[in-house]
Amino acid sequence: MTETKTFKDRVAASLKNFGLPRLIITGFLVLLLILAPFVGADLPTQISNIINRFSWNGILVLAMVPMVHSGCGLNFGLPLGIISGLLGATLSIEFGFTGRLSFLMAILIATPFALVFGTLYGWLLNKIKGGEMMIATYVGFSSVSLMCMMWLLLPYHSPNMVWGLAGKGLRTTISLEGYYNQALAGIGQINIGNISIPTGTLLFFALLAFGIWAFLHTKTGTAMTAVGSNPVFARAAGINVDKIRMLSVVMSTWLAAIGILVYEQGFGFIQLYMAPFYMALPAVSAILIGGASVNKATIMNVIIGTILFQGIVTMTPTVMNNMIHMDMSEVIRIIASMGMILFALTRKTEASR
Amino acid sequence: MDNNHAPLLEMRNIKKDFFGNQVLEDINLKLEAGEVLGLVGENGAGKSTLMKILFGATDISETGGYGGEIYLNGEKVSFKTPFEAIEAGIGMVHQEFSLIPGFEATENILLNREPKRSNLIAEVFGERLDTLDRKEMDERAAKAIEKMGVSIDQHMLINSMPVGHKQFTEIARELSKDQLRLLILDEPTAVLTEREAEALLESIRGMSARGITVIFITHRLQEILSVCDKVAVMRDGILVQEVPASETNVDEITRWMVGRSIEGGASKTDVRIDENARTILKIDKLWVDMPGETVRNVSLEVKEGEILGIGGLAGQGKLGIPNGIMGLYAAGGSVVFDGKEIPLNNPRKCLDSSFAFVSEDRRGVGLLLDESLEWNVAFPAMQVQNRFLKNYLGGLVKWRDEKAIREVTEKYIDELKIKCTSSKQNARELSGGNQQKVCLAKAFALEPKVLFVSEPTRGIDVGAKALVLDALKKFNRESGVTVVMISSELEELRSTADRIAIVSGGKISGILPATSSVEDLGMLMLRGVI
Repeated sequence: MTETKTFKDRVAASLKNFGLPRLIITGFLVLLLILAPFVGADLPTQISNIINRFSWNGILVLAMVPMVHSGCGLNFGLPLGIISGLLGATLSIEFGFTGRLSFLMAILIATPFALVFGTLYGWLLNKIKGGEMMIATYVGFSSVSLMCMMWLLLPYHSPNMVWGLAGKGLRTTISLEGYYNQALAGIGQINIGNISIPTGTLLFFALLAFGIWAFLHTKTGTAMTAVGSNPVFARAAGINVDKIRMLSVVMSTWLAAIGILVYEQGFGFIQLYMAPFYMALPAVSAILIGGASVNKATIMNVIIGTILFQGIVTMTPTVMNNMIHMDMSEVIRIIASMGMILFALTRKTEASR
Repeated sequence: MDNNHAPLLEMRNIKKDFFGNQVLEDINLKLEAGEVLGLVGENGAGKSTLMKILFGATDISETGGYGGEIYLNGEKVSFKTPFEAIEAGIGMVHQEFSLIPGFEATENILLNREPKRSNLIAEVFGERLDTLDRKEMDERAAKAIEKMGVSIDQHMLINSMPVGHKQFTEIARELSKDQLRLLILDEPTAVLTEREAEALLESIRGMSARGITVIFITHRLQEILSVCDKVAVMRDGILVQEVPASETNVDEITRWMVGRSIEGGASKTDVRIDENARTILKIDKLWVDMPGETVRNVSLEVKEGEILGIGGLAGQGKLGIPNGIMGLYAAGGSVVFDGKEIPLNNPRKCLDSSFAFVSEDRRGVGLLLDESLEWNVAFPAMQVQNRFLKNYLGGLVKWRDEKAIREVTEKYIDELKIKCTSSKQNARELSGGNQQKVCLAKAFALEPKVLFVSEPTRGIDVGAKALVLDALKKFNRESGVTVVMISSELEELRSTADRIAIVSGGKISGILPATSSVEDLGMLMLRGVI
């Protein structure tokens, strides 16, 4: 009798640990996967889709982790990092690099931009402690707007990127064919039937995720977590709180820059102008759905969250389309993803492991 | 009236505990109409809790209510909210002002009780759109101010008033309520100048003559004697004395306030005062801008290997001393440790000079509530002294040494008898006493040369108190670490420290050996109080 009770308790405890919302979402995703074959969607293609989307988005979600740890909250200013990445991407092409080399160069060129932007952004966030997320949102918005003008005005000349008739100003979408399309995904790609696994991209994500995990186990990483947990405690222990926060913002911005490059190499296109505008919320939602809170996040949160979020966002439209035999994919995709974002933000206070 | 023999207020067997921590025990109190009661006691004696119960403060009912009965004019009452208490004729003036800065005195006095005139719009849309009757308001406010017996400009904006006048506005607000029968004044003179305080006392006499009963809480005993009919002294949640004010004096009250027994009390077997000991820490002309605990001018010498106790009433600046030295609040002056000047306003420099600090604000400053005990114990030592770290790549990567961290945490869990499920438990889940022990472990792990401990026993139960104090004493005696211990409880200082410095009005009012009598220390505490 007592044994069954303890077993029950243990199940209840682990369920509570996993979090009811996460459980519901996981259940929904599983339901969609089961439904898929019955409504005529090809399951292996769908799974392949989810894996691919995970590989594109994983690093952007990972970029949330440092700032969450240092107590700066969720990085709604992700577009700033993304813009650094876009500068790296376009400059790398402008300078005439091609193939995989252009990917490497894009990373190298994006890095100084990310460091400078991140430092300014961090300096700003240190001025407005307590209101980070609100300010971050507007930093993201305004940087996107500024760059909308810059993309037109900056003296780019590469015929692959500028508007055909005017001969100046960057196009909204730039194909990466011949540049770094599938630069990572192509490495050791595994194809089994309809499933294709972008091994290189996954490994690259694993490498960065390991890097962050390892960083959080070092002295500075420990200080970062403590600053996020209780800044007054950290200050009393002799930590320069502002410096640590700044470091976290720079790391987050740099990861966002790398993240967008990885996204592009999978997607096959560079998207400019308003595109970065829409990148922050899905990443924020993914990490929240993964079980992170505003000041606690683990690598596991990133992985679970990205799979769940991207899974729902890809599966819902496909299954629904096939069920009602009408092409509503875009509408449903927007409803599903915005719904997920809304849901995720409502539960931003509780954390689960 | 058939019950005109019933006292205005009677409290019978009032009891209150906060989560098992008994703060009030069997309080019995009777007050007649027009009587003025002076309520005194050290901080934490239970005065505010008693008044909160009387005033129906919501934190009382939220923490499980109270035991015992309260009778008002012979009728049993039990207030769930302050509104009910106000309805029944009880008024309270808090230490913190609750006034609207941009409004005039009159408006504040009559806020939400303004006399109103109806108008056409109000006829249609309801009484919320009535016009204020300014003339009537002025008259009523003037009457309340007159009742108080102190003149203040009733059209002056609150934010341009001196503090004293703000205090008077609050009192006038209470007096303007027609049903007012009992007024509680919680340290109203703390912010007043001497002349203003005198005026306030005069107005208390006036209120009493009008039949209003006043409960007057203050640390200035002279005021109590000059204005009160009765003095009630509280200590550790017990009403220890209740005498007519005419039959007592300041010395006697002091003794009742601080002393468990007049003759020494705690055994003073282990007091070491070594006249020849080297001065290890020299504090000169220290000022600290800590809100509520301002340090004005403190000069102090700490001898190597001693336990120096720092006592004093709340708000007199004793807490500001360690907080200022450790760089948590803006400070100035000079602090010389072992012949070296310690730069102020820089927590890191203090920690590098082997100082450690256990803050009085356990949950705010002392702990990482959402992290494991291991982190709490090891964190400062790791960050300041690079301990509990493994170096890789020639010191480039400093990796957390989980094993060493667990070992040191478990060592202190054993040594200090910290009750927890494991060293991985979150600090938030521990009880107050155990959290305090974690704070001590954190400081011990730094292996400091000077340890500042601020209010080590605040909010913890008696058993844990003894353990914490013993641990401190042992740490000092066995490792020879100099300890500066700040506490509001004189008895605790007398039993633990070697010498006791008393802070009053932001200055040191005297230093005595721990063997000195409670009265002597008490006199120092009350001297120069502001």
